[in-house]
Amino acid sequence: MIRRSLTLFAGLFVLILVIGWVLGMPFTSSRLVEAAAYALIAMGLNIQWGYGGLFNFGIMGFLMVGGAAVTFISYPANPEFWHSDGPMMLGRALLAFAVGAAIVIAVRRADRIGITGRWKGVLTVLAWFVAYVLYRSQIDPAAAYIESTSGWVGGLGGHPVLGWLFGGVLAAGIAYVIGKICLGLRTDYLAIATIGISEIVRALIKNMDWLTRGTLTVSPIPWPTPLPQDLQAGGMGMDQALLLSRGGFLLLAIVVLAIVMWLINRAYGGPWGRMMRAIRDNHVAAASMGKNVTARQLEIFVFGSVLMGIGGAMLVSFVQIFDPSSYQPINHTFLIWVMIIVGGAGNNWGALFGAVLIWLIWVISEPLARAIFETVSLWSTQIGWGAIPDIDVRSAQMRVFVLGLVITIALRFAPKGLIPEVVRREG
Amino acid sequence: MPLIELKHVVGGYGGAPILNGVDMAIERSDIGVIVGPNGAGKSTTLKAIFGLLQVTGGTIEFAGENIANSLPDKLVPKGLSFVPQEKNVFTSMSVEENLEMGAFTRRDDFRQTMQWVYQMFPVLAEKRRQPAGELSGGQRQMVAMGRALMSKPTLLMLDEPSAGLSPRYVIEIFETIVRVNKEGVGILMVEQNARQALAFASKGFVLAGGQNRFTGTGPELIADPEVAKSFLGG
Amino acid sequence: MTEIIFFINQVVISGLVLGCIYALGAIGITLIFGILRFAHFAHSELMTGGAFIAFLLAAAFASWGIVTPIPTGFVVLPLAMVLTAILSLGIDKGFYAPLRKRGAKPVTLLIASIGVTLMVQGLIRLFFGTGTYSFFDTEPKEIFRIDTAFLGSTRPLVITEPQVLMILVTLVSVVALHFFLTRSRLGKAMRAMADNADLAQVSGINTALVVRVTWVIAGALACMAGTMLALDVTLKPDLAFNIILPIFAAAIVGGLGQAYGAIAGGLLIGFAETLAVFNWTMLFRPLNAILPDWLQLPPTLALVPTEYKLTVAFVILVVTLLVRPTGIFKGASS
Repeated sequence: MIRRSLTLFAGLFVLILVIGWVLGMPFTSSRLVEAAAYALIAMGLNIQWGYGGLFNFGIMGFLMVGGAAVTFISYPANPEFWHSDGPMMLGRALLAFAVGAAIVIAVRRADRIGITGRWKGVLTVLAWFVAYVLYRSQIDPAAAYIESTSGWVGGLGGHPVLGWLFGGVLAAGIAYVIGKICLGLRTDYLAIATIGISEIVRALIKNMDWLTRGTLTVSPIPWPTPLPQDLQAGGMGMDQALLLSRGGFLLLAIVVLAIVMWLINRAYGGPWGRMMRAIRDNHVAAASMGKNVTARQLEIFVFGSVLMGIGGAMLVSFVQIFDPSSYQPINHTFLIWVMIIVGGAGNNWGALFGAVLIWLIWVISEPLARAIFETVSLWSTQIGWGAIPDIDVRSAQMRVFVLGLVITIALRFAPKGLIPEVVRREG
Repeated sequence: MPLIELKHVVGGYGGAPILNGVDMAIERSDIGVIVGPNGAGKSTTLKAIFGLLQVTGGTIEFAGENIANSLPDKLVPKGLSFVPQEKNVFTSMSVEENLEMGAFTRRDDFRQTMQWVYQMFPVLAEKRRQPAGELSGGQRQMVAMGRALMSKPTLLMLDEPSAGLSPRYVIEIFETIVRVNKEGVGILMVEQNARQALAFASKGFVLAGGQNRFTGTGPELIADPEVAKSFLGG
Repeated sequence: MTEIIFFINQVVISGLVLGCIYALGAIGITLIFGILRFAHFAHSELMTGGAFIAFLLAAAFASWGIVTPIPTGFVVLPLAMVLTAILSLGIDKGFYAPLRKRGAKPVTLLIASIGVTLMVQGLIRLFFGTGTYSFFDTEPKEIFRIDTAFLGSTRPLVITEPQVLMILVTLVSVVALHFFLTRSRLGKAMRAMADNADLAQVSGINTALVVRVTWVIAGALACMAGTMLALDVTLKPDLAFNIILPIFAAAIVGGLGQAYGAIAGGLLIGFAETLAVFNWTMLFRPLNAILPDWLQLPPTLALVPTEYKLTVAFVILVVTLLVRPTGIFKGASS
């Protein structure tokens, strides 16, 4: 088992070297930073699916939340907004939200004053409606005002790493709400419910221009480590600056990854992990033994989502732009699933391996496809069939097909992944 | 040549075998009853005949043909039929549709068979349009038997037909089984109500640990002091 | 009166059209779930793939100079449905059947269907790029404007020819499906297998055949839904990928495994989405004349901004799951 893992990782290392040699070190170093962020996200899914057996198809939503969080924390402040009536109006909207929430909560306890059954149902619907109208009546003018005067609220100018943490916290909050609503559901329903929530998150972030600038995008978002420009200003050559700065970012990412992995492995080896495995493998039996299954599952869902939020924030920090319309379920949800399925659900080394491998396959599919298309095109031109049109557009789409092919092949021939879960014997 | 003959059948669900050499022979005129303690392989024997688990050794000959590991959609047209113990009706479908499903493998006109089933169970004729899920336990058992008879079987296998029924229905079901047998259908059934069932069995089999322990006519087995002591509760 | 006609144009017709499309997609999902017990995510790709097959056939017809009295999309639909049915049989044989044979859990099949989604999506994009196509490049899209002046309305009732045909075709297919499920031997066997797969097998029902029939129906209806969607708006590679969520919501709200539930759920979601983004001021504007000044209706009075249309289906889904997880027509429970 260990030997197999070592061989696979050695192979991965060789693959990285080959990519570095063919496509250049600047390209490869960028991809490695991204791969580290994806590894963190994949580990989040590994906790949820591999450890907890929870189906999360809403990863995209958590990545977006993380991205929005780091943008908000680390982007420089927008003084125009702070000097306008905006904060005041937002405060009122927040108050309206709180009042609305209070009404809904109060109605939930209506049975204490003797309102039950159908009437409580009617009252609940009414309360939600009133709360919704109340909130909309405050937030709509506030949003319109901010968008017309200062554009958007801007950031807080904090340190990016703080932003990453905030991304994790925000993701945890959302995961808690989702978990409360959906974790009792059977697997397929959970999948659909999480897809739905991530779509709502996307719709919100994309359209709340006052908060996120929506499709106008935010850039440049600062790095936690020195930028290549900074190093160049310090008198370094372009190539060297690029490599060194990305190396710095990569180092930070790897440190985060290592800490997280160490923590997870420690927790999973202990009593907490044992309980998680018991719940996943037979939650009826675990429940009958007095384990609070739903609470444990909620824990696991929140922990996993925190990692997704942090990973999503790291990605946005690194590319320096937050563009809500660039998020797609294929690139940001299903891609992570392929990483876990191919790597091996339930094994963190598998998740790490899968994340790096699949990310590399994903990014080299396009140049590879282009090379193939160009060869075929040349050949078909020679024999008189004409060239393949729009090679650029087509080769960009090749990776989606490759991804699908990889996952179906993996399910068929290595259903437990390349580095499968080590089944521990419980004494 | 017997209608069905099991010779030293070994089988299970892939792990350790549950059947370790079962022998049985049933004529078309027989009512065969399998009794034995829990986990003796009674139901498993029926499932092995019906291709629902892996037979790894021995032979199962039906009308002279080895049918071991054939699937139900091949066995039903040959004249075998099986009534499982639980979940043996299509609850969302009407009584009549349940019966039609029993005739799925038949391409000829099965209206006469349906009339025959309705004669056997007049209460079903009354409730033909009602969903089977709304019927009482005894009536459901009749639907299940009716469904199995729709393929005009020569051997009807029943897994604990009296389980969970009130005593009145137990007698009614057993009477029906005898009546079906008189019309030329061989019966092979597993029963918990061992004493009651062996009383009308022309062949009785006591299984334990996946093997035959005693074989004889029903009354013989009841009379055997050893069988009575170990398997019929004294 | 003008306002009511506007309401019919904006809500009744578009809600009905959307509902029909959702219903056709949801029937396939619900049937596959009933028979094979897994949520088939790649259904969106059967819809998109079916629409592209229909598009290619229509383009071929146009290039042969065949002119049809109704939109070519509808003429080629039966053939496209057959081809899509064959495609879905192929997908099942190639990707799902081997996993079923191994006894894989439904969740594994669900993940496999994601793989299929990506592959088909990738192939479609590989051949057609990411642009949009229209069935009406070579022929006009006829629009009926029914003058309603006799009702005192200044606005005509507007409905396009594809929309009329779409509603008719959906109606015919739903009735046909009803007769198939309640009258035919195979249809009843399908219901039996959805009800109790083990008993269906014991009864001698050829379950492999039932599975094939299920894929044929699901594929054919998916092609119909996809083509109609493409005829109503435009054809693009992520045509149905974007609406798979409301379609699943329709299937679940109707009760998974229940064909009639899927129809009801589809219409429900279709109308709910349209109603939620409808600007009610347009309907109640005449009231401004009698309302006091301080209570004039704002220019837009919609429950949900248009950008959030997709979330409506989801909210309905969550409420259903919380209040009545089996759906309207008792389907598989949570």
